[in-house]
Amino acid sequence: MARITYRELSRPKGFFVGLMTLHAVVIAAGLAAFYYMEHNGHIVTGMTNQVVWGTPHVFAVFLVVAASGALNVASISSVFARLTYKPFARVSGLLAVSLLIGGLAVLVLDLGRPERLTVAMTTYNFKSIFAWNIYLYTGFIVIVAAYLWTMMARTAGRYNKVAAYTAFAWRLILTTGTGSIFGFLVAREAYDTALLAPLFIAGSFAYGLAFTVLVLITMCRSLGEALMSEEAVQKFRNLLTIFVLAVVYFTAVMHLTKLYGTKNHGVEAFLLVDGGIYPVLFWGVQIVLGSLIPLLILNFTAFGRTRNGLSLASILVLIGGLAQMYVIIIGGQAWPLQLFPGMEVSSSFGDGAIAAYTPSLPEVLLGFAGVSIAMLITGLALMVLRFLPGEAVEAAQAGG
Amino acid sequence: MSNCSSSCTCGTPEPDERPVDAARRSFLKTAATAGAVALAPGVTLYVVGGPAEARAPDQPVDPKKRWGMLVDVSKCTEDCSACVTACRTENGLGALDDPKIDAQWIRKVEVNDPATGYSRSLPVMCQHCAEPPCVDVCPTGASFKRDDGIVLVDKHICIGCRYCMMACPYKARSFVHEPLSDQKPYAPRGKGTVESCTLCVHKVDAGELPACVTACATEGNGALVFGDLNDPESDISRRLKAYPTRQIRADLDVDPGVHYQGL
Repeated sequence: MARITYRELSRPKGFFVGLMTLHAVVIAAGLAAFYYMEHNGHIVTGMTNQVVWGTPHVFAVFLVVAASGALNVASISSVFARLTYKPFARVSGLLAVSLLIGGLAVLVLDLGRPERLTVAMTTYNFKSIFAWNIYLYTGFIVIVAAYLWTMMARTAGRYNKVAAYTAFAWRLILTTGTGSIFGFLVAREAYDTALLAPLFIAGSFAYGLAFTVLVLITMCRSLGEALMSEEAVQKFRNLLTIFVLAVVYFTAVMHLTKLYGTKNHGVEAFLLVDGGIYPVLFWGVQIVLGSLIPLLILNFTAFGRTRNGLSLASILVLIGGLAQMYVIIIGGQAWPLQLFPGMEVSSSFGDGAIAAYTPSLPEVLLGFAGVSIAMLITGLALMVLRFLPGEAVEAAQAGG
Repeated sequence: MSNCSSSCTCGTPEPDERPVDAARRSFLKTAATAGAVALAPGVTLYVVGGPAEARAPDQPVDPKKRWGMLVDVSKCTEDCSACVTACRTENGLGALDDPKIDAQWIRKVEVNDPATGYSRSLPVMCQHCAEPPCVDVCPTGASFKRDDGIVLVDKHICIGCRYCMMACPYKARSFVHEPLSDQKPYAPRGKGTVESCTLCVHKVDAGELPACVTACATEGNGALVFGDLNDPESDISRRLKAYPTRQIRADLDVDPGVHYQGL
């Protein structure tokens, strides 16, 4: 079996430079939005005392979830010994770290007191799943960095298996922790379910792979289509199909479980039928646009077997993922807390009423800046270190 | 057992005199409170021998106490919001006239049974749970419960993540969305931090009643009773023993310190 060589993007072309410039502009806009929100307070956002986590959280959780899933390709090659994926393992690990940094940046910049990040890093309440997540996130970055080191440094190769297994286990625990942030909220009807953890894991597989595929296909524009073989395209196509089906499955099970109990009929009707924007996002964007159409494209059209088809499906999966997070995070808060189950309640504080929420421009800019931070880190890293597979890829894949 | 002098602070009661003293103290408390309410309506109510004994700032909180409140819903009327107004005034809660953003440490909630038409109006505030979910989820420990049961936010280490607001079953917490000025020195607030009812901890520590309780007694209908849930002789404990009461969302087993009678 031929040895795989790796390369950096030494002479970026206009398309790549343009893309990086665009991400830099979005980041600048996001930082300006952060300054505006930090200076004036959250009063300039769409967030309220009813919807306390807004659009920034939608992006942040989406990116954090996608980050762990981006490690899929590396895990499949190292842990499950599928050599077809090995040429892309480094990019996979890089994306896992950069997406996590992008997500965490949004999370931190949306804090009421972001300047107290040091407090969050030094003062812990270990009964809080949030505090555990701080360890899970920083630990993930350290472990994946070590994993990358074992892949890239000639002398560290013997630690590769250990690092691969540790990273694989850690990413599952990490996404379980992210899902549990919501799953542990016992008083909120839309949450309060252990199924959110596996749902988030399934989501991470799909979104992480979609990001990986899009980055690789984008790099093909700069380095030629040989970067990703036809066999790899078909493998990614099949993998994305399975992951999207897994998300649909866990989503269906979660809602069916909720629907079985009469007490949850109100919140389920709100999210799935008569809740305004939320059923539209759920059925129209998450299920149809973000799940069924990609599944149709990938499996029932000739277009789906092409790189463009795979790209379009990946983009739709990511849009569906954002919609899913919006419905879970914002929709779950818009439904009022039931202080007196079975009673009609009202107050000047929104008790018993559906909460209104409209994303503000600064929130949206900050959210997209998170995506751009991840992509800019990835792009810059691809330019300076050998993350991308080189010419010997085809030979290596023949052995996979 | 050694005989303690009257000035001793060891806490050991003189056994022979305890029941008499307790009864006498209880009577004096009630009489003094009633007298103050009757004689000085509208004036800040200082509790003479009230439910709390003043605590010096350098003295630790008494873990034997658990402060709580009883709301007699049958006395609370829909047109009265004296407790809400008093809370705002006492704690310097400015109004932006935006109910979605304004901090509300206590609010009046109208509850209607759609099956029977039975309706009630009652105040809801931080329930000062024995097992507070807000404290469980706070990543930095900024949300904490004092040894005497009062749940507070340490404004110095609150990072404004709002996870406590997501976790609170009672929607009792508010986020400070805007820059603040003219704060009360005893009730510090901060843009970007979370806050909620403190049970007027500054007043309780000084041996006074929370502002809402005082206002309810002087301007309202006397629907609020404040006291030590751990003291079987306290007015609140006696009423909890004598009448059926309930806690909001008791099914969650967080053991709120606020009880409702007649709901």
